[in-house]
Amino acid sequence: MTLHIVDRMRMQLKTYTMIFALLVIWLLFGLLTNWVFFSPTNLSNLFRQMTIISFLAIGMVLVIVTGNIDLSVGSVTGFIGVVAAGLQAHVLAGLLPRLFPGLPAQSMAMLITALTIMICLVVGGVIGVYQGALVAYLGIPAFIVTLGGMLFFRGALLGYTQGKTIVPVEEPFKAIAQGYLSRSVGLVLAAAVIVAIFVFYLSNRNQRRTYGFPLKPLAIDLLKAGGFSAAIVIYVLIMNDYQGLQNPVLLMAFVAIIFGYITKNTRFGRYAYAIGGNREATMLSGINIERNVFKVFILMGVLCAVSGIVLTARVAAGSISGGQNYELSAIAACVIGGTSLMGGEGTVFGAIIGSLIMASLENGMSVMNMGVEWQYMIRGLVLIFAVYIDVVSKRSR
Amino acid sequence: MSEYILQFEGVTKDFPGVRALSNVSFRVKAGEIHGICGENGAGKSTLMKIISGVYPHGTYEGRVLFKDAELKFSGSSIRQAIERGIAIVYQEFALVPQLTVGENIHLGREPVSAAGIVNWHRLYSETRELLDRFHLRIPFEEKVISLGVGQQQMVEIAKALAENASLLILDEPTSALTEAEVESLFAILRKLKAGGVTCIYISHKLEEFFRIADSLTVIRDGAVIKSLPVKETSTEEVIRMMVGREMKERFPRTRRELGEVVLQARDITTSTDAAKTKRALKGVSFDLHSGEILGIAGLMGSGRSELLTAIFGVPVAHLRGSVVVTGEEMPLGRIREAMGRGISYVPEDRKRQGLVVKESISNNMSLPNLNQFSSILAINKLKEIRECQRLFDFLRIKSSSLASPVESLSGGNQQKVVIAKWLMSKPRILFLDEPTRGIDVGAKYEIYKLMNELAADGVAVVMVSSELPELLGICDRILVMHEGKAMGVLPAAQATQEKLMTLAAGMTLRE
Repeated sequence: MTLHIVDRMRMQLKTYTMIFALLVIWLLFGLLTNWVFFSPTNLSNLFRQMTIISFLAIGMVLVIVTGNIDLSVGSVTGFIGVVAAGLQAHVLAGLLPRLFPGLPAQSMAMLITALTIMICLVVGGVIGVYQGALVAYLGIPAFIVTLGGMLFFRGALLGYTQGKTIVPVEEPFKAIAQGYLSRSVGLVLAAAVIVAIFVFYLSNRNQRRTYGFPLKPLAIDLLKAGGFSAAIVIYVLIMNDYQGLQNPVLLMAFVAIIFGYITKNTRFGRYAYAIGGNREATMLSGINIERNVFKVFILMGVLCAVSGIVLTARVAAGSISGGQNYELSAIAACVIGGTSLMGGEGTVFGAIIGSLIMASLENGMSVMNMGVEWQYMIRGLVLIFAVYIDVVSKRSR
Repeated sequence: MSEYILQFEGVTKDFPGVRALSNVSFRVKAGEIHGICGENGAGKSTLMKIISGVYPHGTYEGRVLFKDAELKFSGSSIRQAIERGIAIVYQEFALVPQLTVGENIHLGREPVSAAGIVNWHRLYSETRELLDRFHLRIPFEEKVISLGVGQQQMVEIAKALAENASLLILDEPTSALTEAEVESLFAILRKLKAGGVTCIYISHKLEEFFRIADSLTVIRDGAVIKSLPVKETSTEEVIRMMVGREMKERFPRTRRELGEVVLQARDITTSTDAAKTKRALKGVSFDLHSGEILGIAGLMGSGRSELLTAIFGVPVAHLRGSVVVTGEEMPLGRIREAMGRGISYVPEDRKRQGLVVKESISNNMSLPNLNQFSSILAINKLKEIRECQRLFDFLRIKSSSLASPVESLSGGNQQKVVIAKWLMSKPRILFLDEPTRGIDVGAKYEIYKLMNELAADGVAVVMVSSELPELLGICDRILVMHEGKAMGVLPAAQATQEKLMTLAAGMTLRE
């Protein structure tokens, strides 16, 4: 009855394959780098590196699931990155001290940071509205709209910077990408999350009982909850061994959970998958396709802004080459994570694992001191191989 | 060579969790037309996929002999079957709409010069010869997209015959054809038979076997029930063998009183779209009562589906007219408005218009109804699954679970999912567009019964159908359409097939 165990396993098989592939890659790099790869310092860096692409991959999953594509995310991320730097270095830094002359320097830095973040998110949203409207309401193919966007926003970036790197950015702003949670706070947070996991599993059981559905054995649920908890504890302990939980990783986890929830538990999420799976049947089900595709692009724009903010915070400057080729990394992460380019299939969790695989390759090869030319070629081949595995597994079914 | 061209010997085919065929044995004589019938999911498609090489040798047990030699296809390439002289015309046409008839027939075998350049004159002259040989009148330089369904079917057959097939397999060839087209198809099949081509004919329309086939094999639940000459059996016996139970009547009929008018359509007028795939409506008006089943008859392309979709709010060019639902004018052209007034539309083409086949049964059922289970933030999945389970049980959908993807179901069960989807929205007016096309007798009977139950509960049911006996058997009144116009409404008690056909042909009834 209800969710049959075989079907469930088939649905999750893909996810397990990806996690398995990730572990193999890690083990390989561990062996090749004399276990330097597994040092707390390196792992901390690895997870920090993956975040910028992850934000884009999370949004890209939704875009691809609806049967669209967004090639502009790299340029938009770079553009918003320099806007973030420009706001701090020029616009707000010049404007705010005149408006609030008496403010202490530290509060001023906080205020500038907060305003920068808000303005960047709005800019990202507006870019999403613009591209989403062209795709959804004017019916121009997403490939073309965002190819145009890729050129347009790269140009806008160059125009805005006049070819120069923009510095400086505020200290609190840098902390978004470079900061750490203090070790004790990290432990408290981990404890809170673990309690939440157990509460979630148990309340879910309770609900199933009230609706009269059969329950899985308590041991299995407890084992699952225990497994997640163990993973969290191990992660926090390793990170605490270096400098603590990384701010951008926390931000990524937060965004991923929200989007994971949106895709699985809201009407909007369901509609996105239905649109990609069969547009006509979805239209005949009374669903407004244009509005939902429009929303997907707005979310993508906002996520580009998040990515741009973290990018500028990490390099502590607005760089003219910011975001270059990010669209390809984001699409690759989605595809490695099981998203079908035909639409209708893909998960946020898969995209995160995909980002982690891509970041692991980049990080591992850097630790091995491999030349950048090899890095590009190997990443390209891994992408093709991952999709080939997917194609083969589909054929055998 | 023995008199049998094709022999199945103890063929068993398993899928994970399901036995699709169990120990199937039967023989097809050379030069005969051999019908195969069985309910959806009985195993007909699996059988065909073994003959055509989609399931290669070794993926099933038992032996298949073709011209006394065992078929041993490797890999899943249907090319090998074609080379052996086995051709299949599938239910869903495998033509490229943007190419011409000649190009489609020669697809993959274009006559080329040494440099690999297509010799168009030869291609078209060979096409003409082929069509002439079988007396097919098809404009062979036209693009396939501009042909009618019947002619497309002919192209499929011509394409199959172009490779000198000695065994032609037709899967539901008449499901989209008008009566006249069926007649010309049968004429062609008789000619082919005279020319020595053996034909396997799969259909749901039992009377066709008695018109065209020499012998018949009935399968049920993956096993052969009986293989026998058509002359020795009757429709009633075949139905009994197919469903495995006595069916007293094909159409369960209940007495009903018409309720009050719930929907008044007045002067519904549209224009054709740019691709001319849809028939324009020319001022169609009708009333719909609660608790009745209104049939809509007419030939393919007479505007039957267009009438329903226009009222349901599917965007269409230059829509005019008015629709009044329970005394209140409904804004046209917006599906949500129609749904909000209790109108549901079960579309004609379930795979293309009704289902997201990769998604689960439950996700498909709840797609238009998520508002029922959702707060602003989230879907209450348990509530959703409980409601899906209720309809799953109510309609007796055959599947291991609600989480199975719809693509794993048989046609009849897929149709039940589409119906479940629209029953979940608790319609007061239910449009059914060809609800029984391509599904088996048992499932048809269940759908008729369901329609009766709904009508008894006061739902106004509208059914478009190409099968006149079905309309006469189940409806209270029948609206007949011809070229976008309503020709009249007949009470079923006074209607006959002849009267309906007369109106559908655009003529008026003589009193």
